Amino acid sequence: MARKLPKVDVVLVGVGWTGGIIAAELTKKGLKVVGLERGKERKTEDYYMVHDELRYALRYDLMQDLSKETITFRGNENIRALPMRQYGSFLLGDGLGGSGVHWNGQTYRFLPYDFEIHSKTIEKYGKNKIPAEMSLQDWGITYDELEPYYDQFEKTAGISGEENPLGGKRSDKYPTPPMKMSPPMKMFEKAAKKLNLHPYMMPSANLSESYKNPDGIQRSACQYCGYCERFGCEYGAKADPVVTVIPVALKSGNFEIRTHSNVRRILKQGNKVTGVMYVDTTTGEEIEQPADIVVMTSYVFNNIRLLLMSDVGRPYDPKTGKGVIGKNYAYQVMKGNAVGFFKDKEFNTFAGAGSLGILFDDYNGDNFDHSKLNFIHGGGISLTQTGYRPIQNNPVPKGTPMWGKEFKKQSLKYANSVLTVAAQGSSMPFKHHFLDLDPTYKDAFGDPLIRITFDFEEQDRQLAVFLANKCADVVKEMGADHIDSLKELGPYDITTYQSTHNTGGVIMGSDPSTSAVNNYLQMHDYDNLFVVGASAFAHNSGYNPTGTVGALAYRAAEGILKYHDKGGQVG
Amino acid sequence: MTEEKKEKPDLLSRRKFIRNTGYTVGGLAVGGVLGSILPLGTAKKHKEETAQNFNRALMYFTPEQFRIVEAATERIYPKDEHGPGAKELGVAFFIDHQLAGDWGFNSREYMQAPFFKGEKVQGFQGRLKRRDIFDIALRELNNHSQSVYKKDFVDLKGDEKDSILKDFEEDKVNITTISPSGFFNMLRSSTLEGVYSDPLYGGNKNMDGWKMRNYPGSQMAYASVIEKDFKKIKPQSLQNHMGK
Repeated sequence: MARKLPKVDVVLVGVGWTGGIIAAELTKKGLKVVGLERGKERKTEDYYMVHDELRYALRYDLMQDLSKETITFRGNENIRALPMRQYGSFLLGDGLGGSGVHWNGQTYRFLPYDFEIHSKTIEKYGKNKIPAEMSLQDWGITYDELEPYYDQFEKTAGISGEENPLGGKRSDKYPTPPMKMSPPMKMFEKAAKKLNLHPYMMPSANLSESYKNPDGIQRSACQYCGYCERFGCEYGAKADPVVTVIPVALKSGNFEIRTHSNVRRILKQGNKVTGVMYVDTTTGEEIEQPADIVVMTSYVFNNIRLLLMSDVGRPYDPKTGKGVIGKNYAYQVMKGNAVGFFKDKEFNTFAGAGSLGILFDDYNGDNFDHSKLNFIHGGGISLTQTGYRPIQNNPVPKGTPMWGKEFKKQSLKYANSVLTVAAQGSSMPFKHHFLDLDPTYKDAFGDPLIRITFDFEEQDRQLAVFLANKCADVVKEMGADHIDSLKELGPYDITTYQSTHNTGGVIMGSDPSTSAVNNYLQMHDYDNLFVVGASAFAHNSGYNPTGTVGALAYRAAEGILKYHDKGGQVG
Repeated sequence: MTEEKKEKPDLLSRRKFIRNTGYTVGGLAVGGVLGSILPLGTAKKHKEETAQNFNRALMYFTPEQFRIVEAATERIYPKDEHGPGAKELGVAFFIDHQLAGDWGFNSREYMQAPFFKGEKVQGFQGRLKRRDIFDIALRELNNHSQSVYKKDFVDLKGDEKDSILKDFEEDKVNITTISPSGFFNMLRSSTLEGVYSDPLYGGNKNMDGWKMRNYPGSQMAYASVIEKDFKKIKPQSLQNHMGK
């Protein structure tokens, strides 16, 4: 029998960005919150030896231990799903702060179009524009409704940026000015302007200058050391939950973090959840934590896995299209890019920051006419300078041998002479892309792994090549001597890194028959259960998701407070 | 080693960095790593390296396996007019040391049964650990060399070694227990790791891997160079942060 603890107001499952934000907002109002974090404690002092590409980027020091839990994957329902035994396509965070520790910090707002994508697509192009298999939906919220929460997240994190000329309307400017501009970024800007595009500086959580946020948290400026993604920040300059929202929650005296606490089940009675059961992984003891409100704040996969394992919510059935838990899993189309090789130029590309970059949105969302195109949506096209670290960056012009004398010669020649322009393509939902429990493979506790059924579609293939060609135009204008760009997307391959931007599975919407949570991320079926994160995305846009995840977390915090006061459905 | 002494870099230690740049917020040194590092050690002079490198011994390979790995990785990343190859950089020691630890045991990877051959896009599905794969593959490299050239791999001429490696790369060797191309890819990627990882792991000797491509290694900050054109910066390794 599990040891039962005294009841608390709120229990959070996972303490990353979403858990941290919700903890800060609720504890400020006096609620007693317990955060269960299955990983270990993390702090800035851990990153004393962080400039270690092998340890962090190749051996995944900050990532989830796959020997204990992974996911399984298959391209479609006729294939046997097999476990992701080693990392590749995406990297699952672990420990306090979650993936919010190892991210780059590129912090966008989605476009107004994204939130009403179904209505707007039909309005402009007619019903036939949406393929029968594409389960496109509006989000049950508009950009204007979400705008104040974007603003709140940007101020908490101290986002450095300038207004996107093609983005949604802003109530305020970014709290800090844009990052510094490197010579390659200037080349991109010049080329993009020449092509009549609208470049702007990438919104960055790396901090262009020292900054004190509305919670009184002070952080110092980015030093452009070139070790961001897959690394923690040694300066605390990169906004992450550990240096922003978690200290605010702790300072209130109302927040208790329990690390090494792995939640295995959500507990329920009737149409209410009653708490969670977790294992203290240092002792193996099973513990029950009762709570008035349960908030799921782990990564996409574990949010869905816990709901399914706990028999909470209606599981999605791809055959009938009924049910909602696991529905509309989406990803991104990251391979549409163009690599430019410069024979006689060298750049300081060893330097950089995770969100040092410049981009344009002329081919993102519905910012361009799709009537003659075989796809909807698009992607942001950017040049980033995130630190060209030597193990992982050895590009050579296509056709060069990949090892031996010639490889060495060419890879050294171009070590500081390659600039890539890359698209972050959106990902539309399809009826046969979903998450469910794997029938065969188990985690270290003997619980089933989550299973991904996903592949690229014609929509993605068209989009990838379209965007790659646009990237190549820019690289050409920048004066590259040789350009290699994507010609064909190919199938989704879980072995090569693309992005840790997995979305969907507990999507938001106004209709309970087609969505799992309302626009406060409150479950339609369980008033006292909130499921927060990119799991709420009805599709994935052509931007990094964290800005939208942060905004939704602030929105959810408000919903939880409303529920705490009045009960019932708050959306 | 005398070479190393001569080019002792002007160390930009963390303490010095803080002092020189006044990296503070509101007059106070910010917390975190910077704050924590201040009390670490007094500014002692950079100790001279001892002549003997105790890292140069084997944790996993037999001497014979070591020689094969040394010979094979040197073909992947050969010595040339730009500088040393894998052998001189210590890549075989690097791989040996890696196989002795987590990486060699696949200890942070999912290794639970059942095992099925999957689609290529589903990734590695084997049951063997990296150290087992190396054991088998190195034996098979010799077997294949014997069957083609009647010699052990290490005794082959350069282009002969290349043709044996190419047969592995292109799966032209018949091995039932491992994937020859899977092994070759692992050998290639671990060669690059050994060339370019921090010297603390046993490869990238003298930071020569970095020097060949003008990579500055571990620097505290590039805030003053990020807006400028390419500039060569003397590399430094993580050892520079040990406050000695």
